[in-house]
Amino acid sequence: MSNQRIVGIDLGTTNSLVAFMQGDVPVVIPGDDGLNLVPSVVALDENDQIIVGNAARKYLIETPERAVYSIKRLMGRGIEDIREELKLFPFRLAEDLQPGEVLRIKLGDKTFTPPESSAFILRKLKRNAERFFAAPVTQAVITVPAYFNDAQRQATKDAGRIAGLEVLRLVNEPTAASLAYGLDQKQNGIVAVYDLGGGTFDISILKLHDGIFEVMATNGDTHLGGDDIDNLLITIALDDIQGDLGLNVRRNGEIVQTIRKSVIEAKIALSSEPAAKLDIELPGGNRYQREITRQQFEALIRPILDRTIAPCKQVMKDAGVTPEQIEEVVLVGGSTRIPTVRALVKEMFRREPHTDLNPDEVVALGAAVQAHILSGGSEVTHNMLLLDVTPLSLGIEVAGGVTDKIILRNSTVPASSTQHYTTQVDGQVNVAVHVLQGERELAKDCRSLARFDLKGIPPMPAGLPRIEVKFLIDANGILHVSAREQRSGKEAEIEVQPSYGLTDEQVESMILESFDSAEEDFRQRQVIEARNEAETILSALEKSKKSPAWGQLANGERKQISKLEKALQDVKQQDDYQKIRKAIDVLNQGTMRLAELMMDTAVSTALKGKTMEQADMGESPETGHPVAKADFE
Amino acid sequence: MATESKTASSMAETVGRACWSCGAARAAEFCTNCGKVQPPQSVDYFTFFGLPRKLSIDVVLLQREFYELSRKLHPDLYGQTSKQEQEWSLEQSSLLNDAYRTLKDPIKRTEYLLRLEGVELEEQSKKATETARDSGEIKKQVVPPDLLEEVFELNMQLEELRMNRKMGEDDLALIGELQAQKAEFEKKFEVLSQELKQYWDQWDRVVDLDQDDKRRQVRDKMVDVLNRRNYIRNLVRDVNEALGS
Repeated sequence: MSNQRIVGIDLGTTNSLVAFMQGDVPVVIPGDDGLNLVPSVVALDENDQIIVGNAARKYLIETPERAVYSIKRLMGRGIEDIREELKLFPFRLAEDLQPGEVLRIKLGDKTFTPPESSAFILRKLKRNAERFFAAPVTQAVITVPAYFNDAQRQATKDAGRIAGLEVLRLVNEPTAASLAYGLDQKQNGIVAVYDLGGGTFDISILKLHDGIFEVMATNGDTHLGGDDIDNLLITIALDDIQGDLGLNVRRNGEIVQTIRKSVIEAKIALSSEPAAKLDIELPGGNRYQREITRQQFEALIRPILDRTIAPCKQVMKDAGVTPEQIEEVVLVGGSTRIPTVRALVKEMFRREPHTDLNPDEVVALGAAVQAHILSGGSEVTHNMLLLDVTPLSLGIEVAGGVTDKIILRNSTVPASSTQHYTTQVDGQVNVAVHVLQGERELAKDCRSLARFDLKGIPPMPAGLPRIEVKFLIDANGILHVSAREQRSGKEAEIEVQPSYGLTDEQVESMILESFDSAEEDFRQRQVIEARNEAETILSALEKSKKSPAWGQLANGERKQISKLEKALQDVKQQDDYQKIRKAIDVLNQGTMRLAELMMDTAVSTALKGKTMEQADMGESPETGHPVAKADFE
Repeated sequence: MATESKTASSMAETVGRACWSCGAARAAEFCTNCGKVQPPQSVDYFTFFGLPRKLSIDVVLLQREFYELSRKLHPDLYGQTSKQEQEWSLEQSSLLNDAYRTLKDPIKRTEYLLRLEGVELEEQSKKATETARDSGEIKKQVVPPDLLEEVFELNMQLEELRMNRKMGEDDLALIGELQAQKAEFEKKFEVLSQELKQYWDQWDRVVDLDQDDKRRQVRDKMVDVLNRRNYIRNLVRDVNEALGS
């Protein structure tokens, strides 16, 4: 029985959160800045240290080539899939990228794959949780868009592993949201979850009955979200600036990011204000100012929002329900705060959407509930069970480049299909299989999932071997394949070439690298911090030597202090942060009486009408007293 | 609870194994004594649900069984168990979902049963598709003899429609004819579906008797009806495509 906490994580395009079940209720774990949302932004600071979250956002504007956002858009994708993304997002790819290779993005001079980048975010959430519990956290439930394909799911699992988390379950975001909703409402009925996030759109129809959350159908678009609204506004601003001021600032990373920040603020303001203003400083003392009214905004974004209509229609068709039969529509994702979105949802489903739950947090809260169920659950969840589906049909490529669908979309998972293969040629010992995901007829229009070879088939005349291949989609929506030659009973060896993924070895090496560099980073940071502290103490001591208090010390005391001072100066040059700290402590001890004397001097000076500053107390920022012990972590 | 033990006992009759955990004599997917998940066996879908190979199924009861078994077998409930149990729960719930999906739909149920009886429906035959694609020919489908004339007529009309479309014309009379023809086919489709139901009843009666030739007769009749039904369904689809585009 595990006593460790299993946490629920929402790894979002724009923001990420970690939550856990506290008694009967899921709660979000805040970061050390007290905030629940961790922006999904990763940056490299001046010392090549990884910075994640709010602190990373300023790097986005100041040194954009050392920062990256919306990494989720790249997960499980190949270079051919992200052509659109590359036009609209400042992703910088490694120059030596080969086709078919896993993407690598540049942060400064370093490169990272999308799973590694996401792992930095996960690691931060992990640490936030560990700080909160004062205990290690090694297991998590992570959410993914329901419409994520196999490669995207695998990439998310890889990210978890790289971050040192065992991913017990991937949960679909709308399903997770429904868990939080169901826990809250405890009602039976048919529920639709409309999830419009930063980069992905999902629509799911669920049947809730007696604690069972059964997904009837799901649909969506993994290239659609709030980012697209931002990009549209950015494009307009850039066009304006070029048109009105004759300046083409498209290549200027800092300006574009400043525009982006401004545009996002305006977008958010327009949800509650009738108008918002863009006000951006440009090079050469120019200024771009523009007012946008809510009406203009709504007209602009309508085509983007309209892209959610077809998936909603299709999902109701697949589920076999009409809008009237749906009792509740739950809104998820920050973008659903936009009034037009709410109006569109109301129009499509012919009812007011349910907006009681915080659209930013509901997915993480649901993930926490699922984490709780996986760790054994309790009274409040004892009846709860998730029955989710696979969003895309699974197919095999057959002769003629056609897809033969073996597991249909919206099949409850786990699900399997057994297919039989044989050989074409006498003595053939390998059979090649190409697996695809998608609804189209032709293999080339579907998403290539993997190619694999069935190896080690006993040589026989053509057509004789009977190879039974079992395709199993597990509860995470990920495919597993096993094969057996039935005549000999031999397990066929399967060598899988994932089309867009990392191999196990690659993930393993990333875990070690990440761990090593985490250790190294940690150590380096400790050294830097210790040295800074030493500097502070030493310069304060220099100043206090000039004060009358110094003269009040006995000769022996002064000699002792100087000795400790030299010791600290020596050890500060070295790399052993523990030694440095020890030397700091010893010096602090040795200067206690000096500190007291300086306090008296300061007080008496103050009493004589002078201020603390005028008494030259030194410039120690954090401490009230130059050689008093400061409050460090 | 009563349903559970009833199913369990009928399953134990067919399957009858001892529980690996507590040794109880009755164990199928999960031990009815101690609740532990059992290693999956390669049983057919009917056996999995403790049902005879009959085509009339109480779908409401089936659904209830499905939910009850899900509550016992789903991988989410095995988060804290041994790796072996987790594997078994994955296999069992996959089998459960596959079985439920197949049995709850009457046509899928029939096709599955026929497959168990050793019949590969020509319509679905992958081999036929592959041969056809390889040779570039239209798949050799068994055109039901009584439809030969109508199919011929329909193909001509579809061809005419496509030609018209190419030239940017739309013969409203032709479209009207096609829609009428489609309605005719839809009626035939309904008739066949009813016919199939009759054969289900026949099958359910003969399956218990030890009369192989009677079984084969009903079986072959169902194959025939299914093939014709599928054929007509494809025709209607073709007409819809041609009209809709």
